[in-house]
This record gives sequence, structure tokens and C-alpha cells, in this order.
Amino acid sequence: MSKEYETVIGLEVHVELATKTKIFCSCSTAFGSMPNTHTCPVCTGMPGSLPVLNKKVVEYALAVGLAAGCKINQCSKFDRKNYFYPDNPQNYQISQLYLPICYEGGIEIETESGKKTIGIHEIHMEEDAGKLIHDDGEEVSFVDYNRSGVPLIEIVSEPDMRSAEEVIAYLEKLRMIIQYLGASDCKMQEGSMRADVNLSVREKGAEAFGTRTEMKNIGSFKAVARAIEAETARQIDLIEAGKQVIQETRRWNDEQGYSYAMRSKEDAQDYRYFPEPDLVPVVISDAYIQRLRDSQPELRDEKLARYISEFELPEYDAKILTSSKKLADLFEAAAKLCGRAKKVSNWLMGETMRLLRERGMDPEDLAFSPENLARLIALTEAGTINGTVAKEVFEQIFDKNIDPKQYVEAHGLKTVHDEDALRSVIARVIEDNPKSVEDYRGGKEKAMGFLVGQTMKAMKGKANPGLVNQILKEML
Amino acid sequence: MKLLSLTAVALGTKIRNGEVTAKEAVLASLEAIEAKEEQIHSFVTVDREGALKRAGEVQKKIEAGTLTGPLAGVPVAVKDNLCTQGMLTTCGSKMLYNFIPTYTAEAVQNLERAGAIILGKTNMDEFAMGSTTETSAYGATRNPWNTEYVPGGSSGGSCAAVAAEEAPYALGSDTGGSIRQPSAFCGVTGIKPTYGTVSRYGLVAYASSLDQIGPIAKDVTDCAVILEAITSHDQKDSTSIQRTDVDFSTALVDDVKGMKIGIPRDYLGEGLDAEVRQAVLAAAKKLEEKGALVEEFDLSLTEYAIPAYYVIAAAEASSNLERFDGVKYGYRTKAYEGLHNMYKKSRSEGFGAEVKRRIMLGSFVLSSGYYDAYYLKALRTRAMIRQAFDKAFAEYDVILGPAAPTTAPRLGDSLSDPLKMYLGDIYTVSVNLAGLPGVSLPCGLDQKGLPIGLQMIGDCFQEKKIIRAAYAYEQTRTYQRSPLAEQ
Repeated sequence: MSKEYETVIGLEVHVELATKTKIFCSCSTAFGSMPNTHTCPVCTGMPGSLPVLNKKVVEYALAVGLAAGCKINQCSKFDRKNYFYPDNPQNYQISQLYLPICYEGGIEIETESGKKTIGIHEIHMEEDAGKLIHDDGEEVSFVDYNRSGVPLIEIVSEPDMRSAEEVIAYLEKLRMIIQYLGASDCKMQEGSMRADVNLSVREKGAEAFGTRTEMKNIGSFKAVARAIEAETARQIDLIEAGKQVIQETRRWNDEQGYSYAMRSKEDAQDYRYFPEPDLVPVVISDAYIQRLRDSQPELRDEKLARYISEFELPEYDAKILTSSKKLADLFEAAAKLCGRAKKVSNWLMGETMRLLRERGMDPEDLAFSPENLARLIALTEAGTINGTVAKEVFEQIFDKNIDPKQYVEAHGLKTVHDEDALRSVIARVIEDNPKSVEDYRGGKEKAMGFLVGQTMKAMKGKANPGLVNQILKEML
Repeated sequence: MKLLSLTAVALGTKIRNGEVTAKEAVLASLEAIEAKEEQIHSFVTVDREGALKRAGEVQKKIEAGTLTGPLAGVPVAVKDNLCTQGMLTTCGSKMLYNFIPTYTAEAVQNLERAGAIILGKTNMDEFAMGSTTETSAYGATRNPWNTEYVPGGSSGGSCAAVAAEEAPYALGSDTGGSIRQPSAFCGVTGIKPTYGTVSRYGLVAYASSLDQIGPIAKDVTDCAVILEAITSHDQKDSTSIQRTDVDFSTALVDDVKGMKIGIPRDYLGEGLDAEVRQAVLAAAKKLEEKGALVEEFDLSLTEYAIPAYYVIAAAEASSNLERFDGVKYGYRTKAYEGLHNMYKKSRSEGFGAEVKRRIMLGSFVLSSGYYDAYYLKALRTRAMIRQAFDKAFAEYDVILGPAAPTTAPRLGDSLSDPLKMYLGDIYTVSVNLAGLPGVSLPCGLDQKGLPIGLQMIGDCFQEKKIIRAAYAYEQTRTYQRSPLAEQ
């Protein structure tokens, strides 16, 4: 490759909002129910039914917009996007084109090359479609309208990103903001956060953008990075070979690491957008915006600063703890219960992270209560259990959210503080290990460690290691 | 005693007084329907069993004193684009030949709460698109004054049923004149209320920003009472308005002294039939004699109402009718290959010519490249028409004019020339574009013996003014029954 290229990326991120009911009717948004059980005339597009806007959707969309520094359209409107497909019961989607609720914002990301602001073009509200299930064997398709009408916001960025690293940083920041606001759980794997990648390449230093493609069906942050690498390479290859990049929509296949053309711009549909006559404009007062601003929860950057000052945590620890709302909530609740912020941080930074990695889980999946972690810390602080036992008990808490006090009692894991009992065990260890005793007396400090280990083993780990050390030295 | 020659309110009084039972009223209607349907075909569905069963239930409540309203026990005919739970709702289309809703339109539910008994569903132009009730997939309805003529449309079935005395009253819907024009052609009274007054929930949409449900009856009193009963602030309809001034029957006062009535000069010009013109001016004279101040004025923009209306209505219709695709309910073609072929064949076979014409027109004006030139321009025109009315209502309490340029045309005459049919809506569509209330009531017969309709238009939320003026005019004449009613 003789020339140097720059990748230009903009994202369209769809986020399913955490409302209890759908955007235009009172059906439940709950997942995993029998098909078509959360439906009514409105979300199945029956004749004569009419949409009524769920106010909570406006609240969430505004909260995200405010957190992303957006301007607010105080008179926002819905439009119809017309296209025929069976997952879309009315054959039009109610969305926003002309007057989206939020516009012109930006969020700051941080990568190895420093800080940068990614512009937000707009945030609009819309409804999700149903789900088609194809039965190849029977040559029929089924449709489940449970998801039809689940509220979405679409966050459209400016084409401000230049690498997969920036895109991931942007997505992580966006996810964090939205999770902190409680507006969505943003689980990409479950589809509550979906990102379409608009990408073009141009020669470094060029003013004009290249022809862009849009990639859909990207299921995880890692897949986003892979899709970007692959598409960048594909476009550069085309240009190097003297061919044209075609403006088109492509479908990413993560297993194959390749994207396929879905449709080109030429056969793009004309959606015949027009104002939705069944809904009235969404009018947002200054007072309402102010109320939302005032009630906005502490966001990540503020929390990070507070953890460093209030809990005296190192910046690195504070960053990790605040990287997930779930983790931060757990930290604060447990710290408040036991009054030992640093200890709580250690458990979360160390064992919790290790187990998350081992189990292939996200912090969002954590299921144990802050109470049980606080109890565990209290037990170790009081010397009721030692460090080794504590790790074992923590794993039980992590997996099953057990009460550590009961668990320690039931499994007889309390540290033995009885000196006489310890002395008799140690006497036996000395007797059984003459070689090590000799080594120690000969000046080999290492042998001491072995003897302590043997004692702990005989005590099934329940001895106080300090005490074992002290008595061993004395008896040798 | 001919029960059906009574107004709905008079019949309701007799039922409440115990002179007549609800069942007797229903039986009289069913008998009349059986005798006259072959000649006029007002109904798509008659629910004989359901109506009789319901009559028994309503009668018990009346006797127990739990139903005391003026419409308790009175039968009603409902236009077939209003959803009725468990009862076929076809919209006059093959597309919905088998559609039985699981819910009832809010307006109909309000009537049922008031003790109304639904006789059945009335014929209409397919999806309310048409001015003659000839575009129905279930055959044309005929005019009770002369069965060689159309009853008007699209609520032709409802108006014919009232005029033929098959039903004491009916509900219709009005998107561009669909209550007022057939009321005029059939010699009955109909009101299109201010947009947002009656909930549209359960009304199968033609053009959402223009549609309103309204009453059709023998006189202004009935219409005011029915309108009061169907009006509600409905949480299920975002465009429904919370109104506190809905005691419309308090406006039934024979006094127009000092009322300022304007007649747009543009409503009396070219295209207006001389006999209609004469009858309308004679009606104005009567009101003047009663003390109203009547004068002509220039409303302006009248010639732009038709194109603006047909662009906006067709645009909304093209989208509203997308849901009829053969997937979930209604008509699906027998043989097809793949999804798009199924859509195409189901819609080609399920919709009639006029509906297809408007879907194509609407899709065209919303297409990229044409949106600004047609749809946006029509929206701007709509806003200007609204302003012209604002200016007029700063001067006048009521605007008076004809409901239609002619009396009813002969069957078959309109369909051959759709543009001519569209122009027949000239006096009614601007009222929908501006969201205003309008009433149409009879003001005489032409030489052919066909009724002439007088229209009164009020400012938004000023139903009471037009009800008062219409009531006062009505007192100067007696209700003329159609030949079929007297049969």
C-alpha cells in the first residue's frame, strides 16, 4: 500500500428504553413471554386503533439528550416511515424525521491518543418492529408482535470517529451514560443496544469524504471492531484496485468476518415520510427540562471524581468501579454498610473481576447483594475467618449470593484461635517433618513457609496464620 | 302508530314513559328494514338477533331506572367504518369482507352507555372514499326520494336509513363532507363536529387529520342530543380534546336576533345549481326575518380547498390503508408466490378503483421529489384557509351556504367523471381542512322532488351557534318525509 488512508465513521445506535410499557400502548415490554401475548389492537395495527405516546419515553429520551449535551426541540413531532414488511403491522413505523426531540450534542471520549468530542447529530424516538420466525421446513413464517411498539431511541452521531478504538470508546461512553440514567440496560447481545456503522475511507489529508457504506447486524463491541477493520480493508482494496466503493447497506457476518451487500442506494426504498396525524406535537416546557436536569442522577465523570476524593481510591480503581453502573452501585452500597470502602474496592477489583473473567460475564450480570459482601468484610476484619477461607466464601457469594455468616457456621470455617489446640497440631507437624525442621535450624528461612503451610493444611485452613507463625518460631 | 316517523328524542320519550318498549322500537325498525332494503340497500349488516337481545337488556335497565337518558332504548344504525365488537365491520370493502373487531369504537360505546341499540351497519363508499355510496363493494345504496338517484356519500347508507325511516337515527363520519352532503341529498340533518370533539378510536381511518364522527337524524334537536351522547374526552385518542361546553342541547333556542350570518360570495358563484341557490337564499331570508344580520362577504381561497383536500386526504389515506396487506386479517389472495406477490395480489383484488386511485395519488404526493411541491404546499394552503376562516369568524357568528352545488345525481353519473365528483365537495372540504363544525339540514326540494341541503359553519368549538341558527331556521318549516318513508 503506497498511500495512507483515513477511516471516517459515524454511528446510528438504537437503544431499547427500559419502560415498563410500550411507546404507544399499555402492553408490557417484558421479554421471553409466549409469542403475541403482550399485544393489543394498537401494537398489532388493527383498523381504527390509535397510538398514545408513553410520557416515560419522552423523559428517557430527554435525559439521554441532556446528558449528551444536546439541544432540545421543545416542539417535537412524530412522522410516519412507510414500508411494507410483516414485522411492521401497520406497514409504517412511527418515528421522527423532521423535528427529532434532541439535536446537536456531543460526548467526550478518551483513547490512548487523548480526549476528543464526538458530535451527536440527533436523538429521536421511534417504535420497534415485531419479530419474524421463519420455518424453512414448512415454508411458512410466523410473526411475534410482543416486541412491536417497544420504545427505541436512535442516537445518530456525526462522522467524527476515525478508528475502531474511538468507536468502541464512544459506544462504551454512550452505554455508560444511558445505564447511569437508568434509561436502558444496553445489552448488545440481547439486542437492547444495536449499532449500525457508517464508514468511508479517504486519503489522509483529503477534504471530501469517500463513498460510505452502512453495516448492520453487529452483535457485540468486539464485532463492531472486527467489522470496522474488515470494511476499512475492503474499501481500501477497492480503491487501490482502481474500483469504486458503492453506496450500499451491508450485513455483517461475524462468524465469517465478512459483510455482504444487502441493497444499494439505487434500490433504496422511498419511505414517503410525512407528519404522523394521529399524534399531537410533543411540547416540552422550560420547567420540565429544568426538573429533569435537577433530578438527573450523578453521571460517571462526577462519580469518578467523587470516588477519588471521598473514598481516597486510586484513579485506576475508581475508573474501573465506575465503568459500570451496577459495579458502582454495589460498591457504594457495600461501602456504606461496612464503612470500609477500600476493602470493598479490593474485593470488587480483585476477586470479582477475576470471577467475571472466568465465568465470561459482564458486571451487569452480577447478582450478589452488597449486604453479603459487607458481612464477609466484617467477618475477615473481626478475624472470624482468614484470607484463604474468605476467598472460598466469596466465590459462594458471587455464584449463589449466600449469607457468609451462615455459610461459615454451617461449614465450620471459623479461624481457630485456641492456642493449646494449635500447639498440639504444630508439635505433630514438627515431628512429621524432621528434614524441614533441620533446614530451618540450618538457616533456610524457606522451610518456615513449608511448615506453616503444613500446619494450615492440618487445620484445614482455619488457623490464624499470624498465630501459627509465632508459635512455630517459639517451638523451634 | 308509526314509531319510525318519530324523531329519536320523541321515540326515546315514549320508551321512557312506558308507552313503547325498546323491543317494539327494534322490531319496528327490523320490519322496516326488511320491507325497504331491497329498494335502497342502506345496510351491509343487520344484526337482528343481537338487537333484540340487547333490547331486552336495555328495557330492564330502563324499568329499573338505571337508564334514564333521552336515547335509552332507541335503535341506531352505525356506519360500517366504526368498529363494533363481534359484529362485521367492512368499510364497504372486499378487503375487510370478514373482519370482526374485538373492540368497539369509543363513540359507539358512548351511545351504548346511553342505552342505544345497534340495528346493524350501514353501507358506505369504500373506506369512505366517494360521494355517492356507489364505490361500496357490497353494491350501491339508493336515494329514498327517488331510487334512480344516489343518496350521496360516503355516509349514504346512514342517511338513506334515516330518510327511509328504517332507523330513527344513525352515526356517520365526515372527512370532506361525508355526513353533510348525503344528509343534504337525503333530506335529513347531520352534524360534523369540531375536530377532536368525538373520539376517533375505533373509526377506521381514511384521513386522520380530517375525520370526525357525527350524528345523522331527522332534526336539529336529535342531532344535538346525539352529539352530546357521543362526545367524550378519550385517553385512547391523542387528538381528542377535553371540552366543557358540550351541553349542545342548551343551544336549541328559537332566537337568532342580532346573530351575524355571513354568506361567502364564492359559495354562490359558478357551478351552483340555480334551484339550490334560490333555496339557500330563501333560507337566509327567513333567518333575516327572525332578526339575524345576514350579509354576503368574500371568504377567498375557496378554489384551493379541493386540491389541498385531495392531496392531504389521499396522502394520509395512502399510509392509513397500508395495514390492509392480507397478512393479519381481511382479504388475502388465493394463490401467490412469495411475500411481495401476496401483498400485490391481495391489495389489487381487495381494493376497488376509487381507493386505488387515492392510494396512488397519495403515494405520489409523498414521494421524494414531489413532497414539497404537493404535500407541503397543500399543508400551507390548509393553514391559509384556516386563516381565512379566522378572519371571517371575527365578523360573523355563522357562515351560511349550500351543502352541495346540486341535488343528488343519478346513479352511475358520477363514477365516470371522478374530477366532477371531487368538485361536488367544494362547500364541505374546507370545513374539514380548518377543523370547523358544520351542520347540513333540509331547506326545500328541487323540481325533480329531490332535497336541497343548507349548510351552516361555525368557528372551532362554536357548535352551539350553528345549532341555534339551524334550530331557529328549522322552526320555519315542517319536516318533509321521503316517499320511501311513507311507504
